[in-house]
Amino acid sequence: MRNPRVGWALLSPTLIILLIFGFAPFLYVLFVGFNQWNVFSADDGLVFNGLDNFRRLVFDDDFLHSVGLTARFAIFAIGSEVVLGFVLAQMLTRDFPGKSLFRIIHTFPLMVAPIAVGAIWRLLVIPGFGPVPFFLDRYFDLTYQIGSYPDQALMTSVLMDIWHWTPFVTLTMLAGLSSIPREPVEQAKVDGANRLQVFWYVTLPFLRPVLLTTVFIRIMDAIRTVDEVWMLAGGGPGTRFTGIYIWRVVFPRTDYGYGSSISLITLYLTIVLCWLLFIAISGRRKGEVE
Amino acid sequence: MTTSPRRRFWRYVSTYAFWIFMTLLTLIPIWWMLVVSMRTRVELFGRPNLALSRIYLENYSNVLTDSTFQRYMTNSLVVSTANALLVMILALLATYALSRYKLAGRDNIFFWLITNRMAPPAAFLLPLYIMFTRTFRLGDWTLFDTQLGLILLYCVFNLPFAIWLLKGVVDGIPIELDDAAMIDGAGLWGVLRHVIIPLAAPGLAVTGILSWIFAWNEYLFAANLTSVVARTITTALAEFVTVTGTNWGELAAMSMVTLVPSAIIVIFAQRYIVMGLTFGAVKE
Repeated sequence: MRNPRVGWALLSPTLIILLIFGFAPFLYVLFVGFNQWNVFSADDGLVFNGLDNFRRLVFDDDFLHSVGLTARFAIFAIGSEVVLGFVLAQMLTRDFPGKSLFRIIHTFPLMVAPIAVGAIWRLLVIPGFGPVPFFLDRYFDLTYQIGSYPDQALMTSVLMDIWHWTPFVTLTMLAGLSSIPREPVEQAKVDGANRLQVFWYVTLPFLRPVLLTTVFIRIMDAIRTVDEVWMLAGGGPGTRFTGIYIWRVVFPRTDYGYGSSISLITLYLTIVLCWLLFIAISGRRKGEVE
Repeated sequence: MTTSPRRRFWRYVSTYAFWIFMTLLTLIPIWWMLVVSMRTRVELFGRPNLALSRIYLENYSNVLTDSTFQRYMTNSLVVSTANALLVMILALLATYALSRYKLAGRDNIFFWLITNRMAPPAAFLLPLYIMFTRTFRLGDWTLFDTQLGLILLYCVFNLPFAIWLLKGVVDGIPIELDDAAMIDGAGLWGVLRHVIIPLAAPGLAVTGILSWIFAWNEYLFAANLTSVVARTITTALAEFVTVTGTNWGELAAMSMVTLVPSAIIVIFAQRYIVMGLTFGAVKE
């Protein structure tokens, strides 16, 4: 009844597009990653240098520092977004007048382009210009300068990311919650489960695929972040994330070979991280169902 | 379950208090954007102030009367809408295939799909540039600086996301419903149209909205893979940030203007999310 050939036919347009525009550039970057190549240098371009780029990378303090910063940024931002987004989505499944208005307002941040988000937040926090440092100084006697304090810059990027991307989590969670059949929930309530138990044993297992997807997407996008944070802090201390570092190596320094190898390592780290998460989450689900 | 009127009252109060608080937090930066868009350059550098002092519309009129702005806006609308539709269709087909057919290496393909979204964009610009200018060429025509190029390219990060999101939704639809429809004589398209699409509507709507928004907001590829004809609105935003100083007022005004189409799309598509929320009851 279900011929695999039909399945492949349904899948093929997706695979073709991704092979051409995703995988082919990857092969190119993989090739260049093993070469030394300064794009604008006068001499003969690509020089094969084996693993030299990768050896250099291990001792590159700027790179290692950027990985640490990106990790902190991702953990703070994504942790808060998932919790907050879930709570908001749960609140949106209740019925109350004016719900759709709140939901629409809540999705507004998503619609602002990252460049504009960065610009607006920059205007909010520039000393002597934005209201945030002004009011913090006046009412709480706090010095707030993202240009001078790396921790403040990092936390501002995290807050900006939370503001911008929590609605994304809310929307995906809402899609997940809306596809949960009601029967098991009712059944669990009849069996005397309290709210927490219903959440843990019924809602969460159903929500797991959507939750996994959401966390994946957020991790990937947080690691790739460039434009938003760049606009906010201009690559100042505390915000030199890996995406921005690669950008600097490839463009201002035009060190394309080295930039490619950093990209490859970043890509590799992301894949490993996501794979572990994938195993952890989908493996646990299997155990529970059986 | 019956709740006393008193309890219901407090429940309403707490719900509204929560939402009004969240709405304020959401709106402060957007309010600030509105305030900045209605100030002159001189006013901006005065004492920091969150209040809107007067209605000053010159930033808006400068932006709106600009003919390149209108072209960019059209390009953005075409690219995002076409991309979102393409992604929804392809993702639905692919998800259905991954969910219902026993394909060799299914789990690996599923994971490989998402790795396409992970690539840090900076290093991938060069191969894409070469591909757009040299590989895809027919006489004088190249993929570079075309709407089609962006529409296809955005699939690289939107399709994996859409498939991953929809997979959970389609897996949640009992396969017995498919079988029942097939026994009633429905073919593949019948099953998709009468079973999968109605039941996956909220998931599809969310996928569509988010793909549209991702495409609408994308900057790096649009800035580097177009030059004149197919430039999108986000590249125009970046053009206000110049070496000699940023024109914050016009940047904010343009950001406010670009919010409008997104808001319309989202408001339109949200009906399907609501529809899905009530559908949940029918499902079992």
